[in-house]
Amino acid sequence: MEFVDALINILNSTIRVSVPLLLACLAGLYSERAGVFDIGLEGKMLAGAFAGAAAAAVFASAWIGLLFAILVSVGMALVHGFASITHRGNQIVSGVAINFIAAGSTIILGQAWFQQGGRTPSLPPEGRFGEIKLPGADALRDVPVIGQLYSGLLSGHSLLTYVAFLAVPFTWWVLFRTRFGLRLRAVGENPAAVDTAGISVAWLRYRAVICTGILTGLAGSYMALAQNAGFVKDMTAGRGYIALAALIFAKWKPVPAMFACLLFGFLDALSIRLQGTPLPIIGKVPVQLMQALPYVLTVILLAGFIGKAIPPRAGGVPYVKER
Amino acid sequence: MSTPYAKLPAWADYGLIPLINLLVAFVVAGLVVLLVGENPLRAAVILVEGAFGSGQGLAYTLFYATNFIFTGLAVAVAFHCGLFNIGGEGQAYIAGLGIAIIVLAFDSTLPWWVVFPMAIIASALFGALWALIPAYLQAKRGSHIVITTIMFNFIAASVMVYMLVNVLKPAGSMAPQTRQFLEGGQLPKLGWLLAEFGLKVRPSAPLNISFLLALVMAFLVWVLIWRTRLGYEIRTYGFSSKAARYAGISETRIIIVTMLISGALAGMMALNPIMGDQHNVPLDFVSGAGFVGIAVALMGRSHPAGIVPAAILFGMLYQGGAELAFEMPNISRDMIVIIQGLVILFAGALENMFRPTIQGIFASFSPRSVGISATKGERA
Repeated sequence: MEFVDALINILNSTIRVSVPLLLACLAGLYSERAGVFDIGLEGKMLAGAFAGAAAAAVFASAWIGLLFAILVSVGMALVHGFASITHRGNQIVSGVAINFIAAGSTIILGQAWFQQGGRTPSLPPEGRFGEIKLPGADALRDVPVIGQLYSGLLSGHSLLTYVAFLAVPFTWWVLFRTRFGLRLRAVGENPAAVDTAGISVAWLRYRAVICTGILTGLAGSYMALAQNAGFVKDMTAGRGYIALAALIFAKWKPVPAMFACLLFGFLDALSIRLQGTPLPIIGKVPVQLMQALPYVLTVILLAGFIGKAIPPRAGGVPYVKER
Repeated sequence: MSTPYAKLPAWADYGLIPLINLLVAFVVAGLVVLLVGENPLRAAVILVEGAFGSGQGLAYTLFYATNFIFTGLAVAVAFHCGLFNIGGEGQAYIAGLGIAIIVLAFDSTLPWWVVFPMAIIASALFGALWALIPAYLQAKRGSHIVITTIMFNFIAASVMVYMLVNVLKPAGSMAPQTRQFLEGGQLPKLGWLLAEFGLKVRPSAPLNISFLLALVMAFLVWVLIWRTRLGYEIRTYGFSSKAARYAGISETRIIIVTMLISGALAGMMALNPIMGDQHNVPLDFVSGAGFVGIAVALMGRSHPAGIVPAAILFGMLYQGGAELAFEMPNISRDMIVIIQGLVILFAGALENMFRPTIQGIFASFSPRSVGISATKGERA
């Protein structure tokens, strides 16, 4: 039984580290499918985490924290939209700018408002999204395997975890089964066609960017209000970029995105668990190799050695109406 | 919305618009200072005084500027080719490895003026190599260079942590860094140069000879881009890859060569902090200079004559920012990160925001200057 316990343990931590990746990855999906590249996921997540933690600390409410996280994150997404849609600026440059502004301002404002070296105050239980016990989890705990899986793996996560995994089928449904989704995908492939059909390219892209903002806000809230009890400076630590890697790895599709995030999360969980313990055949694997693996895998994928990742055709190109 | 951006006089294009964008970036940064409850004007005075008010401050400002000239040039060269090298950070970090190999091997036997050229070559080589794979993948397999260079930044960080912790760290030492360099691995300081002008500089000031190397590189980049055949090809490709292909310029060659040059320039940045100041290879010595290069290149409009002042401006922000953190406890050095972000936003992504307004103003004064020959009434 020890093996099952260890497995459940590592899968459980996989889920915990995958959630922010998944939310950020889906966020990027909306934007990039609409033809707006977004390397500012990191910054929006960070700003969302900070705003969420700050508001939750002041109002002692996780929900108000969530609201502010989403508001701030959407605000930054709109800046990106304003630069890259309205002013046809370089989307990469704009994303880089967002990342820097978020990285700097969260520390400066955090220090000025809370005086704790860039942290926000530790959140009380009502300021966080606590663990939710699914019905019957305690009763089934002793049933071998199935009961263990149910109570140990499925139950006991925060609300946002369930939201994140429900967002996967929802995103699929929005993108592939609604009119909005069809148009959103079209505007990422051939905006001129969408324009000819009499639909505003700019407004569609703005809506996509707003979806991105909402989801990165959720990702930030998860980090600050569920995974941790407050904001620590630079707490996203490159997760926005891993999410971007996962998005490419998943070839811009929602369900593969979930698996990509779980894979990268699993690597992360494994590297924490294996720290220092030698493996049977390979011997001791350096932690750094495990940490670099998501990036290496993405590069190999991008190189076209494991299938080809073809980005949305109009991605990164600002739309100019024909004159 | 879809009116084309008409031509402006060159001085407005290269001087006025960047200046306005920069001004807006600083005004917004001032608002942040205001939000934190400090006086932005006082902050600006402290910043400038801290950076230029003393010989010591100036030496630090130029020391930081050295890093940014290298990384700014690296980004700019790639920009000319229509490539976005966001991987300067990783290229400079890996270059530290090349320098370590050379210096650790020769610093006890050879004088600095022999080690330095070898270290320059090693740093450029390692930086270029780290840019080679993304360049190859872009040229041959169409993988987006922005994504691959970002990934390579992270891979570089992992590689360097591994190397410093497991390979380069001397036995018995706790800190993950190489041993201290001996005399042969230490670059001469340039403090005396400032002292010649009557400024007081302590010998500890880190400004060193790699500043001169940076200026030489800025000149060489100008020669390369505007005075050589290769530079012409790079610019042609950046302007229109179709036209370049039509003119018989090899796409693969141009992308790879440009990225090698860009990576080499980014790699040379490592010389300044490692051999010039720290005299060892510590963890994370690049500390964001690769990214500052983006802001510097955008502000300097990818021209060496713009990059050097832009780099000095950012050097001023870094040095003055340290003083500012001292005087105003609410403002830490992270303020610079915000300013950097705002500069990238306004001088880069939103560079055309004020253009229509300025065009309108120019057109109302002198229609000819913006290329409108007839008056507006006749055209409509």
